[in-house]
Amino acid sequence: MSMELRTSPHQVSDRSVERIMKHVVLSLLPVCGFSVWQYGLSALALLLVTTATCLATERLLNRAAKQPSTLNDWSATITGVLLALTLPPAFPLWMAVVAGFVAIAIGKALFGGLGFNVFNPALIGRAFVQAAFPVAITTWVPAFSAQRFSEFVPTTLTAPLMMPPDIVEWIKLQAVDAFTGATPLARWKFENVVASSYDLLTGVVTASAGETSAILILLCGAYLAARKFMDWRIPVAVLASAALTAWMFQLYDPAHYPAPTFVLLSGGLMLGAVYMATDMATSPVTPLGVWIYGAVIGVVTVMIRYFGGLTEGVMYAILLGNALTPFIDLYTQPRVFGTRQQGKKK
Amino acid sequence: MRLPFFKRAATFEHGIHPAYHKETGCLPIKRLAFAPRLIVPLSQHIGKPALCCVSVGQEVLRGQVIATADGFVSLPVHAPATGVVEAIGVMPAANGKMVDSITIRVYEADSQEVQVRTPRDIDAMDKKELLAAIQDTGVSGFGGATFPAHVKLSVPPDVVIDTMVVNGAECEPFLTCDHRIMVERTQDLIRGIRIAMKVSGAPRTVIGVEDNKPDAIAAIGAALPADGSITVQALETKYPQGAEDTIIYALLGREIPAGQRPASIGVLVNNVMTLAYLGRLLPAGEGIIERVLTVAGPAVEKPGNYIVPIGTPLRFLLEQVGAKSSAQEIILGGPMMGMTISSLDVPITKGTSGVLAFGKGELPAEKPRVYACIKCGECLKVCPKFLNPSQLGLLAAKREYAAMAEQYNLDRCFECGCCSYVCPSHIPLVQQFRIAKAVNRESAANRSTEAATK
Repeated sequence: MSMELRTSPHQVSDRSVERIMKHVVLSLLPVCGFSVWQYGLSALALLLVTTATCLATERLLNRAAKQPSTLNDWSATITGVLLALTLPPAFPLWMAVVAGFVAIAIGKALFGGLGFNVFNPALIGRAFVQAAFPVAITTWVPAFSAQRFSEFVPTTLTAPLMMPPDIVEWIKLQAVDAFTGATPLARWKFENVVASSYDLLTGVVTASAGETSAILILLCGAYLAARKFMDWRIPVAVLASAALTAWMFQLYDPAHYPAPTFVLLSGGLMLGAVYMATDMATSPVTPLGVWIYGAVIGVVTVMIRYFGGLTEGVMYAILLGNALTPFIDLYTQPRVFGTRQQGKKK
Repeated sequence: MRLPFFKRAATFEHGIHPAYHKETGCLPIKRLAFAPRLIVPLSQHIGKPALCCVSVGQEVLRGQVIATADGFVSLPVHAPATGVVEAIGVMPAANGKMVDSITIRVYEADSQEVQVRTPRDIDAMDKKELLAAIQDTGVSGFGGATFPAHVKLSVPPDVVIDTMVVNGAECEPFLTCDHRIMVERTQDLIRGIRIAMKVSGAPRTVIGVEDNKPDAIAAIGAALPADGSITVQALETKYPQGAEDTIIYALLGREIPAGQRPASIGVLVNNVMTLAYLGRLLPAGEGIIERVLTVAGPAVEKPGNYIVPIGTPLRFLLEQVGAKSSAQEIILGGPMMGMTISSLDVPITKGTSGVLAFGKGELPAEKPRVYACIKCGECLKVCPKFLNPSQLGLLAAKREYAAMAEQYNLDRCFECGCCSYVCPSHIPLVQQFRIAKAVNRESAANRSTEAATK
């Protein structure tokens, strides 16, 4: 009889990195499905290309570093899917490949892989292409065009290293009602038109591939939070602080600033709060820290939207939150059990 | 905050809910046969080892003192069976060390009545006499720490104990021996509590029992004295409810100041089995020669709670309970804080609360892939001491052991295992903390010897 020697605890939970990540991917599937239903082949191709690029980059860099494959921890898959969901649905595929490569190579592998990255890899990829391809990343296409399942949007198939073609004429051919080519946030900023909450909730608006339906994202996030695969405090903190900030501005000047509901439901805030800000590796670990982190993201998002040159601020707000994370963690260390009365006694 | 219309079991903050496997909780205590040879270590407690007072070849009677206490922080050892001393010398112990032990060959034909006893009238005894009598029983804490009971109950004159907490939480999965003691030996327990209250001067006692043992709570509730000095309180079933810090917090809402003993906040904590054995042994004037322990696990055919003579070799015990040949991992104690043993020739001692046997694959995968910390923060949410295991683990990986103690309160960790339990990256956090503590202890010792030589 051979005896097994191990150290306690001998009983462990069924939590694992793979399991958490797999459930995040699963919970994203409805969002992806909705995106494909809205935008058709172009959105599907975008999802597949970013995910494949992220996986390929991860594997390539594993091999270069002479380390075992980390594909089966599912984290590269998450990066790929999330990246696609933050890009315009008809984003040129070759640019998506660039974004995917940058996300994994610079956003993650360079820092030492999963757990060591400081910034959300998907957002690093998106930030890179936002700087590199400013036109392509603000070229929006109408949802539910008639031929969306039979043909690609012309920009999707742009030849590598070429700029995407102008699609104004193509959009006119689609004959989708009232398509303006601008996101609700841009329309508010430049035309002072506030989209209806119903449209924002259900996702019948112009936006990135995966950020259209606030209610769908919330439901998927609720599933993750209920299964304890996500810290619910972060999205709650982000959304609450954004709403509070927006509400204060609206009190100050109701004619100019929109209602908090518009701020919450428009743009990428919901996707960012639920899926980006909650990235475990790049958010604080301390119970108090997550509230501060979420609050910073919410406030900065609204500030950029109201006073920045950009129409959307979620990405930079989260990246800033990521940068602050080590600092927040350091100064929000939990109070150790048994130190409660020390202040009183001394 | 407790709402009046929503009665909730008392509890502490954080902690985990592991699978409890308390199937043996409904099985009555049974007696185990005597092994042909009993190996009785001289040191089964914290403190100085006992002094052997028998010689090889000498006949010993069941209950006879075979080793005497060496000073105050020490305990005597009694012969667990009538027989003859076969050997006195080092034998393997459960912790892997070789320890001085007395080997007794048991007389098979003997009736094994307890031969040596000096019945006492405990009501007529004063504090001092009671303390001496408690030391004579050889009882150490059965909760696992094996601290001599009389030392724990000796309250310094400048300390006032206002409450005694009796720990019947039994939060470790699989273990149910405390549960059975509370159900079957309720009167012993109450008697033991009275003795401990008299000795320590505690005016009131709260018995905390996890609410997965309603029959124990009911049995105790029915046996409580009318004067209200002893009460029983249901605790939430949550690990580690039975740790000293957590049970005091759950029952009394007090935190033991970091690094201090419960007495500093006027509390004394005793395990139910310790008190039940005191209540049984003290009036009868017997020594501790056996104990109740849980034998369980998927590789055991007859799991249950057994009265096992001290010194019973593990191999004999496992044969008696029908351990399957698939058994590969034997744990002494519970699965959260117990230890695996390398040899079946080690004896059961006063501190053994359980023997668990598992076959291959009946515990989680042998070596699950270890990932880097993904900073999910779950360990912070379960640590009952509110530490930051994530950060401690990152420092341990860099061998920054001194920083772990100085900046992140490593010494407050009592190795309950909650952090390792939840870690999705399968980082062996508790093991890293043990290593860090050991390295820190060693370097502290080195510093003091250096200082001494200068």
